Amino acid sequence: MNNLIPLIMGMAAVTYLPRLVPLFLLTDKKIPKRLDRFLQCIPAASLGALVIPGMFSVTPEVPAAAILGIGFTIVYGLFKGGILLPVLGAVAVTYTVLLHWG
Amino acid sequence: MNREVRDALKAGLPLFIGYAPAAAAFGILCKACGVSLLESFLFSAVVFAGASQFIALNLLVTGMGFGGIIVTTLLVNFRHFLMSTYLSTRIRNIARRYFFPIAFGITDEVFSVLSFKKGVLTKTFIFILQLSAYSAWVGGTLAGYILGGFLPGDLTKSMGVALYALLVAILLPEIKHSSRALVLALSSGLLNTILIHLDFLPRGWTIIACILIIATAGMLLSDDTKGEAL
Repeated sequence: MNNLIPLIMGMAAVTYLPRLVPLFLLTDKKIPKRLDRFLQCIPAASLGALVIPGMFSVTPEVPAAAILGIGFTIVYGLFKGGILLPVLGAVAVTYTVLLHWG
Repeated sequence: MNREVRDALKAGLPLFIGYAPAAAAFGILCKACGVSLLESFLFSAVVFAGASQFIALNLLVTGMGFGGIIVTTLLVNFRHFLMSTYLSTRIRNIARRYFFPIAFGITDEVFSVLSFKKGVLTKTFIFILQLSAYSAWVGGTLAGYILGGFLPGDLTKSMGVALYALLVAILLPEIKHSSRALVLALSSGLLNTILIHLDFLPRGWTIIACILIIATAGMLLSDDTKGEAL
């Protein structure tokens, strides 16, 4: 393989700049109400697209394993809340299913 | 330990668990592709963007030139521009010099945790969260490269569920109060599924399209109802 350092530096630059520029240009700036309403929808909109459909194919051989794992997160999260236990539980459930039926 | 630190560690651990095996897979793949240890390390240490690193390796193997790979990386990672734009509305009272490290660590998952965190975002919380993610990503890459597949395959796959579970877990408290976030997230996921299926957008742009379309719809709908219902 050739020297990859120039490639890595180029990738780093085009990844970093879009992450950096908005923070510098927009933080503490007054933004129009409509634009703000748009921006306030970004977290939920991006979260939905990040999770669906990806989460249905984490365990492609046994799709049920990941689905049951996430199912645990939903049930536990809705009733008890929190982050750590819903996530660790999802891993444990998925692993158990894979061990027994994988 | 103060509450801020504890909360950050609690959110950081799932990130660590989710990133480490993905990074190990990247390290293993690097070695298989003949990338040196130093270069593998640098990929993760200075690019720090999961999916695009895998895509870059893929393209390298197919013989694509550096320019093409860099443009692809820009396209794949451009969604962070939107995420960072949102975060700029949440950051208060943090000195601008800290924006440099904060911006570097805005990954999908870090962004998601930050954006759904209630109250003020302190730099302590942000840095602990980002360090959890970064240490797992860089450490995992090295471990994968040096040790190979050191965890059972089933366990590695199961740990991959952690990132999705994390995102679901941070959305849940939100949807207990209002259906707004749930409606936005589900319609965005549905749209993403359709767009991936139609397969006409470059990689990474289905998510950008979903954010733009769904957030615009959210903005228009909240206009009609004075910002209450949605």
